[in-house]
Amino acid sequence: MRTLQRVTVTAAIGLAVLLSAGHQASAQTKIGAVLSVTGPASFLGDPEKKTLEIYVDEINAKGGVNGQKLQLIVYDDAGNANNARTFATRLVEEDKIDAMVGGSTTGSTLAMIPVFEDAKIPFISLAGAIQIIEPVHKWVFKTPHTDKMACEKIFADLKHRNLTTIAMISGTDAFGKSMRDQCVAVAPQAGIKIATEESYGPRDSDMTPQLTKIHNTAGVQAVVNPGFGQGPAIVTRNYRQLGIKLPFYQSHGVASKQFIELAGPAAEGVRLPAAALLIADKLPNKDPQKPVVVNYTRTYQQKSGQAVSTFGGHAYDGLMILVQAMQRAKSADKSKVRDEIEKTKGYIGTGGIVNMSPTDHMGLDLSAFHMLEIKGGDWTLVPGT
Amino acid sequence: MAELLQFVFSGLTVGAIYALVALGFTLIYNASDIINFAQGEFVMLGGMTTVFMALAGVPLPLAALIAIIVTTGVGLALHRFAIEPARGASPVALIMITIGASVFLRGVAQVVFDKRFHSLPPLFGADSIQFGGAAILPQSLVVLAGATVIVILLWLFVERTLLGKAVIATAANRLAARLIGVDTRRIVDFSFAVSAAIGAIAGILITPITLTSYDVGTLLALKGFAAAMLGGIGSPLGAVVGGLLIGMIEALSAGYLSSSYKDAVAFLIILVVLVAMPQGLFGRVKVERV
Repeated sequence: MRTLQRVTVTAAIGLAVLLSAGHQASAQTKIGAVLSVTGPASFLGDPEKKTLEIYVDEINAKGGVNGQKLQLIVYDDAGNANNARTFATRLVEEDKIDAMVGGSTTGSTLAMIPVFEDAKIPFISLAGAIQIIEPVHKWVFKTPHTDKMACEKIFADLKHRNLTTIAMISGTDAFGKSMRDQCVAVAPQAGIKIATEESYGPRDSDMTPQLTKIHNTAGVQAVVNPGFGQGPAIVTRNYRQLGIKLPFYQSHGVASKQFIELAGPAAEGVRLPAAALLIADKLPNKDPQKPVVVNYTRTYQQKSGQAVSTFGGHAYDGLMILVQAMQRAKSADKSKVRDEIEKTKGYIGTGGIVNMSPTDHMGLDLSAFHMLEIKGGDWTLVPGT
Repeated sequence: MAELLQFVFSGLTVGAIYALVALGFTLIYNASDIINFAQGEFVMLGGMTTVFMALAGVPLPLAALIAIIVTTGVGLALHRFAIEPARGASPVALIMITIGASVFLRGVAQVVFDKRFHSLPPLFGADSIQFGGAAILPQSLVVLAGATVIVILLWLFVERTLLGKAVIATAANRLAARLIGVDTRRIVDFSFAVSAAIGAIAGILITPITLTSYDVGTLLALKGFAAAMLGGIGSPLGAVVGGLLIGMIEALSAGYLSSSYKDAVAFLIILVVLVAMPQGLFGRVKVERV
C-alpha cells in the first residue's frame, strides 16, 4: 500500500513538472484577442478572428517575429462586455500575453481598457467609438475610424447634396449611443440641423413606429441611422416598407455584405462612409491603398471562403501595426512595443494611411473614409469622395 | 389619422408574432399545468432549421415541413427525457427543468447552426400593402391568418374530438382521468408534440419579418408568456388577444411616448396581471372546494 502511494505521488509530481516545463519551453510571443465571434456582433468578430488566424499562420510560416513564433489566444465574449472583462483578466493573469489585439465592440473595449492599463500591456482595439482614444490612454490604440469621423463624413456629403435638416434613429447599444452623441456635437459646425431623434433597442424586431414619427416630422430631408448588428438591417427594411423616399445614411457599423443580404432590396440607394477595402477593385490604380486592399481581399476570400468586410480589415491593420512595432523595437518588451506603436508613421493599411502620435492613438484622417452607395446589391464609390 | 393607423398596423404585426408564440404555451399548460419556457426555442428551431435546410438546397416547402417534424421530435424528446422522469415533482421544479432545457437547446443550436442572423423570403413578396396612408407587410397578415387558423383548429380539437376531451380531463384531475382509462402520459406527450409544432410554424412564419438567430428564443418566450398571462393562460383565444394587445400597447407607447421604454411595457403588464388578475382576461378563475 505504502509503495503504491509513493509511486502515485511521484508520478503526480513528475507530471506536474513535465507540464510546467512544457509551458516555459515555448519561447513564443503571445498575442491575446477577445472578440465577439458569436452573438449580436458576430459579423464583426467572426471575420476578425478568421483574419487574425490566417495572418498569424502566414507570419509564423515566414519565421515569426524577431525569430520567435507568434501564439494567438482567442476568446469569444459573445458581444457581452462583462465576459470581455473576465477574458481580459484571464489573458493577463493566466495566459500572460505580451500584447492584445481585440475588443470588437465599443462596449467590450471600454470594459477591458482598465485591465490593460493596469497591467501595462499594449492594447489595439477594433471598435469604433471615439472615447477609446479620447482622452488618450497610454496603452490603448485603435484601428477603425471613429464614430466622430463617420458623422463628419456623412455631414459633408449631406452639405454637398444641399440637405441640411435631418432626423436620426439610433441604436441604444454603446456604439449607437456614442455615434449619436458625436453627431449631435458635430452638427452645428457642419451646418446640419437635427430636427428629431428616435431610438430602438438592439434586439427589437420592428421599428415602424419610430420611422413613422420621423416621416411625419415636417422639414426632414434625410435620415441617419447610427448603430450596428441586426438593428440597422431591420430599420432599413422598415424604411422601404413604409415607402420613405428620403436619402438614408448608415454608419460604417454595417460595412459588411451580410447587411446587404439581410436588408435585401431595401438596401438599394443607402449611403455609408466606409474604408477603401470594400471597393478594392474599383479604386484608381494610383491609390496607395490599392495593393494592400486587393491583396488582403484575395487572401481572405481564398482562405476563409467569405467576402471581405471592413471589420476583418481592421483586425489585419491591428495585427500588422503590432508586428511592425515589435520588429522596430526588436523585442516583445511591452514598454518598447508600446512606444513603437505610437511612432507608427505612413503605415498603409486597409483602413487608410496611419500616422500615430502621442496625442493621436488612431492615426487616420477623413481621407481614409470614402462615401459608398449600395447599388445592385454591391458597394459603389460615390464619385469625388 | 394615418399616423395612428400606422401605429396600429405596427402593433398588429408585432402582436401577431407574440400571439403565435403565446399559443404554444396553452396546450402544454392545459394538459399538465406546466409553463414551458423552452417554447421560445421551438420557435427558433422552426426558423433556423428551415433556413439551413434551404441553404443546403432543399426546396422551401419541404424544408419547412422537415423543420416542423424535427421540432416536434425535439418537443417529444423534451417531455420523454426531461419532464416525464420528474413527473412527481412540483410545478415549479418542472418549470425550472424547462428553463434548463431552453438553455441547452440554445447551446446546441449555436454549434449545429451558426451564430449569424438569417432571413427567409416572405410568402407574398416584400412590397408592403398601402392602406389609408399606412403600410403593412403581407407577411404580417399571413402571421395573423396563421394565428387565427391555429386558434380555430385548437378550439375544434378541444370541443369536438374525444382526444381533446381527454386533454381537458387530464388537466382537470390527472388521477381521475387515469381511472377512467385515459393514458395521461400519451396525452402530455401529445401536447408537447403539438406545442412544438405550433412553435415551429410560428418560427417559419415570423422569420421573414423579425430575422432569426440562435438566441431569438429568449425574448420571444418572455413576451409570449406575458401575452399568454394577459389573455388567460390555457385559453387559445386569450393567447391571441393577449398577444395583439401587448403588440398594440408597445407600438402605441413607442409612437406616442418614447421608444426607449418599449420593452418595459410587456414586463410591466406581467406584473400588473399577476398582481391584479392572475387569471387574465379569458381565463377561468380556479375555485377549489374543500
